[in-house]
Amino acid sequence: MPARNRDFSKPKNFKASIKKLLSSLKPYTFIIIISIILIILSTVCTLIGPNRLSEVTNVIEEGLSVNLDLTREQYNTLLSDKQLTIETEQGNFVLDYEDYSDEITSNDEITITFTTSNNNQNVEISASEKLDIIKENGYVNFDNRNLGISYQNDTLSIWLNTESRVDIEKIFRICITLVILYIVAYFANFFQGFIMATVNQRVSQNLRGAISNKINRIPLKYFDTTSYGDVLSRITNDVDTIGQTLNNSISTIIGAGALFIGSLIMMFVTNWIMALSGIVATLIGFILMNVIIKKSQKYFIMQQNVLGQANGYVEEAYSGQEIIKAYNAEDEVQTEFEKINQKLYVSGWKSQFFSGLMQPLMSFIGNFGYVVVCVVGAVLVHYGYINFSVIIAIMIYIRLFTQPLSQLAQGVTNLQSTAAASEWVFEFLEVEELSNEDNLNKKVENVKGNVEFKHVHFGYNPDKIIINDFSATIKSGEKVAIVGPTGAGKTTLVNLLMKFYDINSGDILIDGVSIKEMKREDVHDLFGMVLQDTWLFNGTVKENIRYNKQDVTDEQIVEACKVAGIDHFIRTLPNGYDTILDDNTNISAGQKQLLTIARAMVENAPMLILDEATSSVDTRTEILIQQAMDKLTENRTSFVIAHRLSTIKNADLILVLKDGDIVEQGNHEQLLSKGGFYADLYNSQFEEV
Amino acid sequence: MFRLIFKQLKKKEWLGMLAVVALICGQVYLELLIPDYMSEITTLVQSEVSVLSGILIAGAKMLVCAIVSTILASITGYIIARISASVSMRLRSEIFNKVQSFSTNEIKKFSTASLITRSTNDITQIQNFFVMGLSALIRAPIMAVWAIVKISGKSYQWSIATLVAVLVLFVAVITITTFVIPKFRKMQTLTDNLNNITRENLVGLKVVRAYNAENYQENKFRKANDELTKTNMTANRVLSVLSPLMNVVMNGLPLAIYWIGAYLINSAGVVDKLTIFSDMVVFSSYAIQIVMSFVMLVMVFIMLPRASVSARRISEVLNTNSSIVSGSGVVVNEKDKGTVEFKSVSFKYPDADEYVLENVNFKVKKGETIAFIGSTGSGKSTLINLVPRFYDVTEGEVLVDGKDVRDFDLTDLRDRIGYVSQRAVLFSGSVLSNVAFGGGEVKPDEESVEKAIDISQSAEFVSKMEFGLNAHISQGGKNVSGGQKQRLTIARAIAKKPEILIFDDSFSALDYKTDKTLRSELKSELGDTTLLIVAQRIGTIKDADQIMVLDEGKVVGLGTHESLLKTCNVYREIARSQLSEEELNASKK
Repeated sequence: MPARNRDFSKPKNFKASIKKLLSSLKPYTFIIIISIILIILSTVCTLIGPNRLSEVTNVIEEGLSVNLDLTREQYNTLLSDKQLTIETEQGNFVLDYEDYSDEITSNDEITITFTTSNNNQNVEISASEKLDIIKENGYVNFDNRNLGISYQNDTLSIWLNTESRVDIEKIFRICITLVILYIVAYFANFFQGFIMATVNQRVSQNLRGAISNKINRIPLKYFDTTSYGDVLSRITNDVDTIGQTLNNSISTIIGAGALFIGSLIMMFVTNWIMALSGIVATLIGFILMNVIIKKSQKYFIMQQNVLGQANGYVEEAYSGQEIIKAYNAEDEVQTEFEKINQKLYVSGWKSQFFSGLMQPLMSFIGNFGYVVVCVVGAVLVHYGYINFSVIIAIMIYIRLFTQPLSQLAQGVTNLQSTAAASEWVFEFLEVEELSNEDNLNKKVENVKGNVEFKHVHFGYNPDKIIINDFSATIKSGEKVAIVGPTGAGKTTLVNLLMKFYDINSGDILIDGVSIKEMKREDVHDLFGMVLQDTWLFNGTVKENIRYNKQDVTDEQIVEACKVAGIDHFIRTLPNGYDTILDDNTNISAGQKQLLTIARAMVENAPMLILDEATSSVDTRTEILIQQAMDKLTENRTSFVIAHRLSTIKNADLILVLKDGDIVEQGNHEQLLSKGGFYADLYNSQFEEV
Repeated sequence: MFRLIFKQLKKKEWLGMLAVVALICGQVYLELLIPDYMSEITTLVQSEVSVLSGILIAGAKMLVCAIVSTILASITGYIIARISASVSMRLRSEIFNKVQSFSTNEIKKFSTASLITRSTNDITQIQNFFVMGLSALIRAPIMAVWAIVKISGKSYQWSIATLVAVLVLFVAVITITTFVIPKFRKMQTLTDNLNNITRENLVGLKVVRAYNAENYQENKFRKANDELTKTNMTANRVLSVLSPLMNVVMNGLPLAIYWIGAYLINSAGVVDKLTIFSDMVVFSSYAIQIVMSFVMLVMVFIMLPRASVSARRISEVLNTNSSIVSGSGVVVNEKDKGTVEFKSVSFKYPDADEYVLENVNFKVKKGETIAFIGSTGSGKSTLINLVPRFYDVTEGEVLVDGKDVRDFDLTDLRDRIGYVSQRAVLFSGSVLSNVAFGGGEVKPDEESVEKAIDISQSAEFVSKMEFGLNAHISQGGKNVSGGQKQRLTIARAIAKKPEILIFDDSFSALDYKTDKTLRSELKSELGDTTLLIVAQRIGTIKDADQIMVLDEGKVVGLGTHESLLKTCNVYREIARSQLSEEELNASKK
């Protein structure tokens, strides 16, 4: 993790970063619009669905609850003779008035209560047996119409039984429409997802590419204050976050928003009373849920913190495990760990518990809404304001209405992390780049290698000058050593010479041409460079040595390696020059350094900079490297920075730096005999205790 | 994996698990009752003779079911959260303890980074699975079976429709995941690759620019980026099939049930029509429950491999035992105190063919200094690591205070030794807590801490720090410089007043002057302490009583600076690389 203090969920400027992100979506405007249309299309399908499904219910219902379309007079006639003849396969039963009572309600419904207690001696079978037969298959013949009978809870209902059927054809039509709707919704959804996945990946790819390109376009200065981990984290974590959340948040917010508004409209269109009651019920649930979320937030933050603490402690304890053992501190460390562990336990179960509450709560909200809708619906049906299908439709709309609510909340949270992540990405992308140098056209032809520093002033911060009025003249072919204590500005000088940083005032001339008037890459071409940190990349030995000099032949590479004294070693590697160098390659620091020297040889630049090239290797290997470097510096103007003074004794000119100023200059013998700062520095390494 | 979890459960928690099963049964029961009431309400609303009070009563009952089931679910969640948190706490503590007991051997075998992941991420994985997976694993089958029982005997046509829906989802999820999971795995490698290339560019920024190789790097990045994007895209595109499919099945199943229902009702007898109708409404809601249960099960099985990999990784650590076992304890002769002796010691790493050290012999007496020098990889560090038993010898023996180190009680042995590692390790805390570190019974008091800080040349910068001795040290000692860190670790070793001090190349971050003063302080203040010093600089060691020169694990010289200059070629080479002829001659005098 990068060592930066950041809140992952909250962007500093939400609007601005979203705007920037949207602008990076611009090339995909057309296809995003298509995707939005698809989202809306699929939402419409989802919304129409329930309506159609309730139609199915309606049709089925019609098929089974055929109204008795008899007039009141006809009822009266039917029941007037106080005798009801019920025909069954077992024959006809005549029910006397004593066996039943009837009631005609205001809704033209007829309810006949059947009394089983009556036991008529004249009838061959008992009333209850009769009833069973009637229940099985009885009908009443009236006016040449068959009236069906159904019997439930002591209530005998009489239905018109004119072969009443569900209108299968209508059902078929609706169902086919629905199937088509669902298929359309499926494809709309799928293509939408497909498009967004594509756009997303392209945007992520572009952002990653932009960051990578940016790395090579901004001043080195930027990296003085920014860690590599930070940039890496932007290229992976932040771009990943954008990729993951952008997809979700855009399609969720649009989809859920459309669904939300749509279902709201549909509910009100269907029935406003039920819509209102459903919404109120759902909102109550959501308010409840919000309270819990607020409460649990605290534990989540705590959990995150303690988890970080625990990870940090584990990391520390494991990497220092040898020391812990050597000092018998196991108990001490374990006790400390248990403290954190205990905290982790508490915050762990609490946050888990609260997050576990969400799901049951959601389903409760669903059920609660259902009951409210049913009850209110039943009342309305009871008074004849609506029919049953409305309830079914509203029930489904309520579900469609609650769904996007939580999705919208999720979408907004997602969008916030998107904004936070893109803020980090764009912050990096907006870092000021190196100045444009297209107008600088001076070049050094036929390089001789005379270098002149003229009153150079420089500070990484304008108010903290590191190089103070530095002047020196280096003649062609000289070996110049720069020595001095840490922080004296040795590496800074090289940075200025390479035009990695721009000097504040003064000038540096190469063969009389100011580097200010040259392009950066033209300056770079003048120098070969070997640094303390040996830099090799994952790739073959050959690739590492050739690097971006594509015109170098294999023979030249082998030749350079021979001169650097590394040829033999390379041939012992499993695949010789084609061996891939990675973390598993068994190669020492010294050998790595020899490889970078070979690289510098192959580059064959007119001048050379060796910045602490041997500090990280042991002294015997250093001799080998020294020999290789001496070959490299032959006839070339070269700058050598060294920590170990033994390596620069043969330099033509030694510049002794202290606090950004040259305090002494001359060759080794001159400086030693002077008995000044250099002599002190040199002698301190051999003093006896 | 379940064995790992179950082994952690205590009796009380087993009861808790049983309660969870019972609670989930209750929940399922109530949740399945709800559709019954739904259908009752449906029927009541439907039958044109409905009574309002009936609907209200059924509604109330349903609401009660919903409330009770929510409460049961909350209790289940509570128990599971408690159990999972305490299981992971115990696992974490156990694994931490285990790692503390490991010898360097085991640490190397697993690698520190991997051990850290195992103790943190892997445990979190297990905990997550416990919470989400386990309840789903209990719940889904109960729900599915119960719901199936409830709707069985209603109508086989509907059952077939449900079965088809389940199968479609099953096949789709499994096909897609088997296709996508390897892609995701590949994505991980590609991301690592991309990271590496970027890191490479960042670390070598100067080289890249010096060689004008920006385009070279960018091309490389582009290739990796394209490859990653391609894999990402394929995986995500395939994945986008899934969610619409789920939607279609969830919407399509009720449709199918209603459609089938229409035919069923049509062909049914007059009396059955209403029953079939209300059955149909109920069935469609049960069917959704069943499908959901199966989907949940599939999800669990997708989660399972990841969690079980984590479990395996944790078990691996827990089942490994330290290869260094404490001895039974020794009684030390007073006259042998402070001596260190190597008798024909050879060492090779387990599983390695080559010896790192071969036939090393030496003996240092109390108060003497022995130094080890040689190029990288010559075995110097390995040699001194044998003294505090970070490793055990392969052949021969190492004697401390005249006794074999393997016979010592480990704590006793390590109390006698002050060890300063090559890499300066500080722990978060204060200067004091770092210097007076560990020690068990012989914890250094503040006086010896102050003295140690003096000797180690740390007094000056410590006094400049805010709060002095109690100054805060951040994790890994990031708030002090390399040289300061090294001096504090030296102070730590001195503070415990050991018989033997071991310095593993511990002076390299010090400048020549501090190095010199520190060594003279050591000599004057700790005259009775035996010193074992590994060093790179000739200057650091040339006044040692004995100097051992190592080359590729073999002793090529043992003697004083002067005698080695005469007799030992390797030593002469090293000396020549650091000193001039005159200086060599000067020191010969």
